[in-house]
Amino acid sequence: MSYLELDGISHYYFSEQQCKQAIDQVSLSIEKGKFTALLGPSGCGKTTLLSIIAQLIKPTEGAVTIERRSVEQHSRMIGYMLQQDYLFPWKTILDNVCIGPKLHGELTELEFNKAKALLRKVSLDHVEELYPNQLSGGMRQRVALARTLMTDPAILLLDEPFSALDFQTKLLLENFMVEMLSQYKKTAILVTHDIGEAIAMSDDIYLMQPNPGRIHLHLTVPEVVRELSPIEARRHPEYHRLFDEIWKEMTELDQQESK
Amino acid sequence: MTNKNLNNHPLYTTFLKKLAREKYIVRFFQVIIFLTFFLAWEIASESGWVDPLIFSSPSRVFRLIITATIDGSLWYHLRITVFETIAGFLIGTLAGVLLAFLLWYSKRFSDIIDPYLVVFNALPKVALGPIIIVVLGPGYGAIITMGAIICVIVSALVVYNGFYKVDDNYIKVLTSFGATKWQKFIEVVFPASLPTIISTFKVNVGLSWVGVIVGEFLVASKGLGYLIVYGFQVFNFTLVLYSLVLIAFLAAIMYQAVAYLEKWLLKIVH
Ligand SMILES: Nc1ncnc2c1ncn2[C@@H]1O[C@H](COP(=O)(O)OP(=O)(O)OP(=O)(O)O)[C@@H](O)[C@H]1O
Ligand SMILES: [Mg+2]
Repeated sequence: MSYLELDGISHYYFSEQQCKQAIDQVSLSIEKGKFTALLGPSGCGKTTLLSIIAQLIKPTEGAVTIERRSVEQHSRMIGYMLQQDYLFPWKTILDNVCIGPKLHGELTELEFNKAKALLRKVSLDHVEELYPNQLSGGMRQRVALARTLMTDPAILLLDEPFSALDFQTKLLLENFMVEMLSQYKKTAILVTHDIGEAIAMSDDIYLMQPNPGRIHLHLTVPEVVRELSPIEARRHPEYHRLFDEIWKEMTELDQQESK
Repeated sequence: MTNKNLNNHPLYTTFLKKLAREKYIVRFFQVIIFLTFFLAWEIASESGWVDPLIFSSPSRVFRLIITATIDGSLWYHLRITVFETIAGFLIGTLAGVLLAFLLWYSKRFSDIIDPYLVVFNALPKVALGPIIIVVLGPGYGAIITMGAIICVIVSALVVYNGFYKVDDNYIKVLTSFGATKWQKFIEVVFPASLPTIISTFKVNVGLSWVGVIVGEFLVASKGLGYLIVYGFQVFNFTLVLYSLVLIAFLAAIMYQAVAYLEKWLLKIVH
């Protein structure tokens, strides 16, 4: 049964100079509780597609539905994490995590306790009163995750959340993220251009091609790899087989592109 | 890891001594220049190298300061000018930030108003003096308006530019939580541009002095600007120089105060 559905989404960016098509007729459906990756080269419209799902921009054509109802009726169900953490430097960690409830005008003692519990969950309860610039990149990204989870979104949109981190921190955080999300039974969409990350973390992979952004291929990650944590998954032979397959597809796309 | 305290390293002691000596030399020459200036002025005036009627002399200015302090007229005029300057500065700065907010809030408004802002910004505001006085009547109102109007547009433009430069992604985060435009302003745009807003203070305080003194030139019957004009009319240049010395002194104090305020505020917000 499909949960989140994109139906014939196209998007054009208009400016005085030109009309540029970023997305062309993208349709896909995602089941509840699944982890989906959108994989593709730079400029293929991944961020645009996520922004459309998050309702930050309105698609030129097509519709996004959750349980067959238009997303507009579900605006609070979606959490969005950006490429970098974008914690507010003038707010303490605790206040950063509480920004969602604050904007909704629901900031109570209860919410503060929930925020503290979430920070404990991401092993950061000792930094509540510090400011973002006193934290490392990995810690900041974990705070950003806590901030996103604060409003209990059913769907999490992750736009290359690990791209600014060093490799080791990135692997640890991948593990952590997968654990958190399956524990809270979240549906998640991860945007990335890292093939390994897509395979290690997700259940489904949509390979995108650029100019204009389209879905080229839908792959399902084999059960044996899914069961493993992202770090373990990277050692499994099936992981490598899938990696090679995607690699080949992407190289072919690249060659078509340059012709 | 050993963290040895090296504060008594012999070379470090020499370094500190050198530093102290350098500071001493600088201060010494500053004092020398100050004394030489006033001494030369005094001598030149006493011995008639310069016309004492026009250039007065430090001792005469000093004597006037003493008598004016005793009869209370110093405090009376000084108070008025300082009040007008502070009021002009506050109103001008606040109005500037408010205008910047309106420009940010409505793209259409900012597009429409843009050419007028350019013209008004380029216009030497003191040229509006006579009109302001006719409209508001000769008095505090007109003078404070002069002090305010001279800094309002330029601070609006600087602050608006600051609002505009705030990283879009911070706003995206708020949008994803469903924030309203006002919330975006309060939570992100304003705090992110506070350093820019504060940086306009120093410039504005200087501009307000210009506006207020010119305003007093035009209408006032009290205040330091008035004393300058009055002294000029009755050919009492001791009075002119006395006012000038007071203005220089006050403007420097106010500038320093704003500089400290700036430092303090910046420490608080970041
Ligand atoms: N605001 C905009 N105005 C005009 N064109 C845009 C805008 N944003 C994106 N584009 C264009 O749309 C296309 C898709 O951009 P998008 O940011 O979605 O790519 P992406 O897949 O997220 O890339 P990356 O991996 O580099 O983040 C690009 O060709 C880009 O130039
Ligand atoms: Mg992107």
